[in-house]
Amino acid sequence: MAIDVDGKSYETDEEGYLVNISDWVPGVAEVMAKEDDLELTDDHWEILNFLREYYEEYQIAPAVRVLTKAVGKKLGKEKGNSKYLYSLFPYGPGKQACRYAGLPKPTGCI
Amino acid sequence: MSEIKKFMYLNRRAPYGTIYAWESLEVVLIGAAFEQDVSLAFVDDGVYQIMKGQDTAEVGMKNFSPTYSALGDYEVTKLYVEKESLEERGLTIDDLMDLKWEDEDEDWAEKDSIILVSREELSQAMSEQDVVFSF
Amino acid sequence: MSELHTVNKSPFEKSSLESCLGHAQEGSAVLLLEDGVYGAAKGAAAVEAKMKAATGIKLYVLGPDFKARGLSADRLIDGVEMVDYAGFVDLAAEHDKVVAWV
Repeated sequence: MAIDVDGKSYETDEEGYLVNISDWVPGVAEVMAKEDDLELTDDHWEILNFLREYYEEYQIAPAVRVLTKAVGKKLGKEKGNSKYLYSLFPYGPGKQACRYAGLPKPTGCI
Repeated sequence: MSEIKKFMYLNRRAPYGTIYAWESLEVVLIGAAFEQDVSLAFVDDGVYQIMKGQDTAEVGMKNFSPTYSALGDYEVTKLYVEKESLEERGLTIDDLMDLKWEDEDEDWAEKDSIILVSREELSQAMSEQDVVFSF
Repeated sequence: MSELHTVNKSPFEKSSLESCLGHAQEGSAVLLLEDGVYGAAKGAAAVEAKMKAATGIKLYVLGPDFKARGLSADRLIDGVEMVDYAGFVDLAAEHDKVVAWV
């Protein structure tokens, strides 16, 4: 599978995750969000950027409960809870947000 | 709520040459979701998994050593390292990554994850486990 | 016939290095690669003694594999030379055959 962003094709796996994390450009998130009828706001981007930094540091996509805790620590308790994260990413903050951010499927999401 | 069991992951292989080290780490991260009492033991060549300064740029493999630093986020905070295994390889604890976990209950105070143990102490810890997974 | 011997297993896990050094003739070369590179790191008394006893044999280690494992050049046992992939190719070309101790 693949998605098209600004005329360029990006390879994705059978679940829609980018095959090569280094391919990622912000447009990838925009196109994926549009397919889900979701408009990305600054609040979304804050989480997506957080995920990309997490991957950069630890080389894994965090499980949703790990993401929730880490967001709470970095961005504050009012954001580090599943209600807030699910309000941004209704299909699941782990899976959906990681996919938009170009990360693999979270390690430890079962 | 079912009873919490003690799980130990016994790591005895060097990284990169075989897939064992990475497979173990993935299983640990996935298994962490079950909220059991998890510890890791690094024995024999397993101590090489957490060496500082790994740089895989030239071999074209993923350097997964940074992932050990995420173990604390997954509430895996007990990493036993066997002293004798280090000594046999001419290594000291200073050759290993400084792995920490943050205690949420103490305002994210950083604590050491690595517990340096003798063979005897490790054998004792092993005997207290419900399950030992070998990699 | 000059030979290039390669060892890709850890000396702490398998006897490949010991067997290799025992069979390598004077004038041959031994290249440590993959998990074999641990044999070229200083500080492990038993392994270091075996490496130092290998007289008349040129000892090499594959740098990219050494560095991948967190080992830097200053940890090399004296007398072991570090080579890159191109150096590996040169060694293979300079010798009549390659003997792999797996």
